[in-house]
Amino acid sequence: MATKKTAVWEWKIVKRAVWDAFLKLNPRKMMGNPVMFVVEVGSVITTALLFRGGAAFKFNLQITLWLWFTVLFANFAEAMAEGRGKAQADTLRKARSETLANRLLDSGQIEKIPSSKLRAGDLVLVSACEFIPSDGEIVEGVASVDESAITGESAPVIREAGGDRSAVTGGTRVLSDQIKVKITSNPGESFLDRMIALVEGAERQKTPNEIALNILLAGLTIIFLLAVITLQPFAIYSGSPQTVFVLVSLLVCLIPTTIGGLLSAIGIAGMDRLIQHNVLAMSGRAVEAAGDVNTLLLDKTGTITLGNRQASRFITAPGITEAELADAAQLSSLADETPEGRSIVVLAKEKYGLRGRELSSHEAQFVPFSAQTRMSGVNLDGFEIRKGAVDAIQKYVSLNGRGFAEQVQEHVDQIARSGGTPLVVAERGRGVLGVIELKDVVKGGMRERFDQLRAIGIRTVMITGDNPLTAAAIAREAGVDDFLAQATPRDKMDLIKREQAGGKLVAMTGDGTNDAPALAQADVGVAMNTGTQAAKEAGNMVDLDSNPTKLIEVVKIGKQLLMTRGALTTFSISNDVAKYFAIIPAMFAGTFPVLNALNIMRLQTSQSAVLSAVIFNALIIIALIPLALRGVKYRPMPAAELLRRNLLIYGVGGIIVPFLGIKLIDMLITRIGLA
Amino acid sequence: MTANGWFQIAFFLLLILAVTKPMGVFMARVFNREKTFMDPALRPIERLLYRVTGVDENHEMRWTEYAVAMLLFSAVSMLVLYLMQRAQAFLPFNPQKLAGVAPALAFNTAASFTTNTNWQNYSGETTMSYFTQMAGLAYHNFVSAAVGIAVAIVFIRGLAWREVETIGNFWVDLVRSCLWVLLPFCIVGALALVSQGVVQNLKPYDTVKLIEPQQVQKADANGKPVVRPDGKPVMDKVTARTIAQGPVASQEIIKEWGTNGGGFFNANSAHPFENPTPLSNLIELFCIFAISAGLTYTLGRMTGSPRHGWAVWAAMAILFFVGVSVTYWAEARGNPLLPGGVDQRVSAAQSGGNMEGKEIRFGIANTALWATVTTDASCGAINGWHDSFTPLGGMVPLVNIMLSEVIFGGVGAGMYGVLIYIVLAVFIAGLMVGRTPEYLGKKIEAYDVKMAMLVVLVFPLVILGFSAISAVKGFGTSSILNPGPHGLSEILYSFTSQAGNNGSAFAGLNTNTLWYNTAGGITMLVGRFLMILPMLAIAGSLARKKYVPASRGTFPVTTPLFTALLIGVILIVGALTFFPALSLGPILEHLLMAAGKTF
Repeated sequence: MATKKTAVWEWKIVKRAVWDAFLKLNPRKMMGNPVMFVVEVGSVITTALLFRGGAAFKFNLQITLWLWFTVLFANFAEAMAEGRGKAQADTLRKARSETLANRLLDSGQIEKIPSSKLRAGDLVLVSACEFIPSDGEIVEGVASVDESAITGESAPVIREAGGDRSAVTGGTRVLSDQIKVKITSNPGESFLDRMIALVEGAERQKTPNEIALNILLAGLTIIFLLAVITLQPFAIYSGSPQTVFVLVSLLVCLIPTTIGGLLSAIGIAGMDRLIQHNVLAMSGRAVEAAGDVNTLLLDKTGTITLGNRQASRFITAPGITEAELADAAQLSSLADETPEGRSIVVLAKEKYGLRGRELSSHEAQFVPFSAQTRMSGVNLDGFEIRKGAVDAIQKYVSLNGRGFAEQVQEHVDQIARSGGTPLVVAERGRGVLGVIELKDVVKGGMRERFDQLRAIGIRTVMITGDNPLTAAAIAREAGVDDFLAQATPRDKMDLIKREQAGGKLVAMTGDGTNDAPALAQADVGVAMNTGTQAAKEAGNMVDLDSNPTKLIEVVKIGKQLLMTRGALTTFSISNDVAKYFAIIPAMFAGTFPVLNALNIMRLQTSQSAVLSAVIFNALIIIALIPLALRGVKYRPMPAAELLRRNLLIYGVGGIIVPFLGIKLIDMLITRIGLA
Repeated sequence: MTANGWFQIAFFLLLILAVTKPMGVFMARVFNREKTFMDPALRPIERLLYRVTGVDENHEMRWTEYAVAMLLFSAVSMLVLYLMQRAQAFLPFNPQKLAGVAPALAFNTAASFTTNTNWQNYSGETTMSYFTQMAGLAYHNFVSAAVGIAVAIVFIRGLAWREVETIGNFWVDLVRSCLWVLLPFCIVGALALVSQGVVQNLKPYDTVKLIEPQQVQKADANGKPVVRPDGKPVMDKVTARTIAQGPVASQEIIKEWGTNGGGFFNANSAHPFENPTPLSNLIELFCIFAISAGLTYTLGRMTGSPRHGWAVWAAMAILFFVGVSVTYWAEARGNPLLPGGVDQRVSAAQSGGNMEGKEIRFGIANTALWATVTTDASCGAINGWHDSFTPLGGMVPLVNIMLSEVIFGGVGAGMYGVLIYIVLAVFIAGLMVGRTPEYLGKKIEAYDVKMAMLVVLVFPLVILGFSAISAVKGFGTSSILNPGPHGLSEILYSFTSQAGNNGSAFAGLNTNTLWYNTAGGITMLVGRFLMILPMLAIAGSLARKKYVPASRGTFPVTTPLFTALLIGVILIVGALTFFPALSLGPILEHLLMAAGKTF
């Protein structure tokens, strides 16, 4: 995984963001964010009034400046979030640079045309050291391809015609061999184009929760607008009318500028975090859905298990010592290059210290596995050792006039029951020596991860082609909640629909063309980048590293995105309590000195109180940019605990922090004589 | 404060705790159309009503049809009440020969009773004939309460029902509310009140000769004292007194049971014919909260999460207890400005504390309790003058209404009001558990938030809007009888009470003027129906949604943490909206009083 940890404050990004913050002042752009738009309008009004002169110029000027800063800080936050994506897009654009493609004409001749002229259906030839001109599917040949431009992973990958590894991406480079590629995308629609658009956030649409939250914030803004506008008549009634500067200050402090200013930055940063994990989400909606997922469908092979069966145990036949069995098993496997064969050698070495032996000195003849014999083995100095499936070995030993001991049969049955695969070892002269248990090896740490998922209420379902017995055993060992054995693509689809009918959201990974319908049906469908074009189009995310386990990270990022929004909203609203206690007494203590009782922070003067609240309100946006970009800390725990923790930090904390912050700012600005 | 006072408050809360479950189960059965023990008596009446009116009880309505039916029904009922008041001089049961009610006042009263507010810009005994009281006002006391209960039930159905387009039938909900939930209890309750001395007759008013003639200040038509040119008040010698009569008990019971609050007499439940004894006082208090407390259990039962119902109950009970404690404390402390010679201490002979505007038979504790209960619920009946409370004691009722009367609340109205707060609480805090917010398995999405915000907006819009205009315009300020922050409190209280459909008055403000009658009427209608419409829309939207089964990742709504969160959201939303206005009203008044200045 090519995850780079970049610092939040990277100078290059900051520089560009500062400039962008000013560009974003364009009111047409601000309208999309009602909260900050109100602040901008307030800033314009106070600026206009400033030039009309009047008393308290120094105070009014400062208020006006800080109001503008509030808008700029919010814009800056958004620009910072976009910055990283923009930098990444620049790199990708370089990869898209114009190349010449060798188009195959119907006549069989080759025509050189610019890659931007290629259309879906064209056939091109790509040789070693050439860039693949556009997205396509290999129809002929096999090649190793450097995909680092897209995945950031420098190790080359193999791409070949037919099967699920036939898709190639424009902008990647062929390292060896020659392939014939059928182009599958039209100019401007290629994967790279989409990726650039995605990382740049150009097509960013607000996600459902973001829209809902925006409505809430707009509603709160209107409520505060009402509260502030009607305060003036009440103030007039009470004989202490307020200046526009103070009223706008109160309004800006009350409306949820903290979350309003950071909301879009949080969304962009969420997408960006996915990109840093090398996952491309086709929409923000998919990222949010990831946070809501109730059921994870995980393919057994490659996700839960290492992908190959491995030898885990030697079980001897009566009268045979373990060492003898291990020795025979090792001999029979030394030349066996299959993963199972290698794992037998490894087990023999680990358990019995049997080192690999050089067989060339002997008269060794390796007998490879064949579908007919269903055995493999070795003929060595007159010995003949075979290992293979139970029935095959049974036949082999009976041909040699030997029986099959009952105990061995028992072991074989027991292994099969527990989900393993028995491999029987026999020697021509001695009959059955014993059984090797081959087991699917569950990846390290999976059980803990599934426990975590369970703790946050997500059910995991293992999908496997194995028979139910084997599936159940692995499911138990890995700690998944459920499994689907002997699964066909149809079964998978039915399972998804069933879960969805029960109101659940389902996430899955897939790479094959036959996964495509299920990927499309799932709420979160992560397609492997190595997968077919059909799979990639059906899913709503693509994992560039093709690592199915990453689904778990995706869920985590989705949750983190929602949590960050909720946390900052809570914080923002809680902040208002302190601001009221700063500004209300400041407004009216002139007329009614008794109201100073509400000035519980003991702020120095009316002006310093208002100014401190406004400054705090602006600075808190800057202070929270790192939190917005990184997301709040996420630990897997039940919702009840998570809620308690976050309410304490962002709710109660949100009430306390501004009391301290405003008091500090007040002390500072009165010390240096600003108010 | 006395142990006896605290005991009475605790005893009252215990009674409410006890009635919650049985009442809740009963209502859930009534509205799920399951069997109840009253069916043998009531089903025939119900069926007859449907046959006569042509209602198909199996017809299910979408929220829009439900809303139209509810609005039409309310509009027609309101018009009938308006006409009845205007024409009462020509209608029967008018032994006092009372004239028709003036147009602005008739409009205000019609709006007031249709919206379950029962704000009264009139004195019952001098304005309304027995016929208007019984056929007009009492009728509305029943049906406006029934409408409120129906809307609450619809909201609960929205949560409980899954993937359906319809939310019930308005006519059926209305009829079942009246027949099952309101009528039987009122019949029993009215008899209980009669046993305590509440009158029930159609006689003309009695006139009695005073044993001791009294000198009283003469007042003009507006209630202002008439003074001689030299500033001395004009005094009248009173030797006889009229004692108003009427069918009081039947109206008194629904006034509380349906949280209406409109008194038969001007003095409301402070009047000895409405509320003669401490026992009648307890019965009436109990009636105010009974249905609303029960609805929390109905919520839990119908949505399959009784513990959630109790979590909501707990939030309400805590807010209630805090409110009553503050009021009791503030009133029992007495008035710090009275000279030292005035004895405000508790003794066997007196209640002590600030007894101005309170009835001796209720004392401090029961008046503080009543003031809290009547404003927690949108009842608005009173047994003492809120205007004469200390600033802080008087602020509690004001704040209670400003919190949208969700502390148990009006029948139905309290439930759907608190559901809006829950939706907001779940939405804001729900994001913090990393999922799209869900409430009882229903996802809270943009549409629901939009409608919830519309509901929340209505309150500040009408309260702050009309109060602000009244505070600076001559037609508003000329009605103020007390200057300074107290006057502002009076204006605020008036619009808050009407917007919240509470109906209790701070008094001290002459609201029987064209401006206050009209603005108040609009406030009440907006505060009722502009809130109900988006509420029904949410119910419709929720009912359509799929149910998401709960898991460990789901926002828990059954825990003490949820209760605390709900309390926090209720307080913060309310406080943020109204703190500036409150700070210039009761808070300022309190601080000024502490500094020795009163109004």
